[in-house]
Amino acid sequence: MARMLSYSDKGSVIHSLSGTTKLLYFLIWSLASMITYDTRLLLFMFVVSLVIFRVSKVDFEDIAFVLKLILVFLCINLIAIFIFSPEEGVKIYQSRTLIVHLFGNYNLTVQQLFYEMNVALKYFTIIPIALLFILTTNPSEFASALNKIGISYKISYAVAITLRYIPDMQRDYVTVSQAQQARGIDMSRKVSLLKRIKNVAAVLIPLFFSSMDRIETISNAMELRGFGKKNKRTWYAARKMKRLDFAVISALVILAVIAVIITFAGGSRFYNPFA
Amino acid sequence: MSNLNTGRRGLAIKTIVAIGIGAALVVAIYQVSIPVGFIPNTRLQFNAAVIAIIGAIFGPVAGLFTGLISHTLGDALFYGGVWWSWVIADAVYGLLVGLTFKKLKIYEGGFGSKQALIFNINQFLANAVAWILVAPVLDILIYAEPSDKVFAQGVTAFAVNGAVTLIVGTILAFAYSKIRVKNSSLEKEA
Repeated sequence: MARMLSYSDKGSVIHSLSGTTKLLYFLIWSLASMITYDTRLLLFMFVVSLVIFRVSKVDFEDIAFVLKLILVFLCINLIAIFIFSPEEGVKIYQSRTLIVHLFGNYNLTVQQLFYEMNVALKYFTIIPIALLFILTTNPSEFASALNKIGISYKISYAVAITLRYIPDMQRDYVTVSQAQQARGIDMSRKVSLLKRIKNVAAVLIPLFFSSMDRIETISNAMELRGFGKKNKRTWYAARKMKRLDFAVISALVILAVIAVIITFAGGSRFYNPFA
Repeated sequence: MSNLNTGRRGLAIKTIVAIGIGAALVVAIYQVSIPVGFIPNTRLQFNAAVIAIIGAIFGPVAGLFTGLISHTLGDALFYGGVWWSWVIADAVYGLLVGLTFKKLKIYEGGFGSKQALIFNINQFLANAVAWILVAPVLDILIYAEPSDKVFAQGVTAFAVNGAVTLIVGTILAFAYSKIRVKNSSLEKEA
């Protein structure tokens, strides 16, 4: 079974923050790193996220497997950008410093390297925070956090159901696929592509049927207990906001404002050291 | 479908649960994929087919949130980062693919070849809007990626998702419709 990131209580300051704070942190942080291409700001955010990661006491081994995956994706993406648009950096920074001519239309320029470094940096500012959010937030608390930031409790509850049933479904998938393989349904390289897709469908059908039964059972149970009758609901796993939570949120808002000001002050999202 | 609209305000319970379970199913099969030999780094995933079937049975709202939640959680849990432009594309896909759900009658056991045609035309259109329009445009706006690259990715995603939904989505719809009791098997007497 594929390894998945999962929550465990390491008892750090980050763990003790309320889910709402961490959710807001995650959202504002991704938003800020999404809009800006300002190298200085990205570098600053990257350093801060590393410090926070250190504070959280999360072991590097817990995330190493995901990190490998991310790095592979990142490399592929960077290479793809170069293949499709080797002069993108030149276009953005309006100047051209040639390092070496490669072949055909492909030239390596300082500007292109700098642009691709920014793309990579964007990944790196968000990765530690996203990982931390998953690793330090109790899934049961997550729904209440969503509800607290203004998302309707019905949608929050749908998210809670998803988080609750992912492990069950993964187990079911393994069981069904082994049963089907025992019956001779081949999903390996040995059969043609079309056949493989159809054989995966043979695993998905029972899985889908049992999911539909689950939907039936769970919704009947919720119906019987009067879910959705009131406009509000309380949460078993909600955590009270403490002083530290408010401090973190204020710091975040300030960061977001600064990010927007710096990003749009120069009239461009990019920091241009070549100008 | 009987209790999809219970007359209460807001979402029906069944829609909420369908979103939750549908998204869990998508996340559970998130890493089930078949590498396509001749195109590097392209993998057939089955997410689109499951989102499509949830949308086709429970409607556009269920499709929208199944796409949104499954893509966000799947990205976060397996890759530790969320690629928002593609999350939004998947949400748009779920919404559009669910638009024809009343015509498809999967839950009522009435999914025949005519419905299969509607389902597939609609899913190809939804795929086109989501992957050739929404995803690349957002990639350019949000991440400032080169346009040639994102449109090439978009067209590939469109073709792959469309083909997977055409095969797997249609198989699932036929199979599930077959075990449902036909609404029309009883005639109402005057």
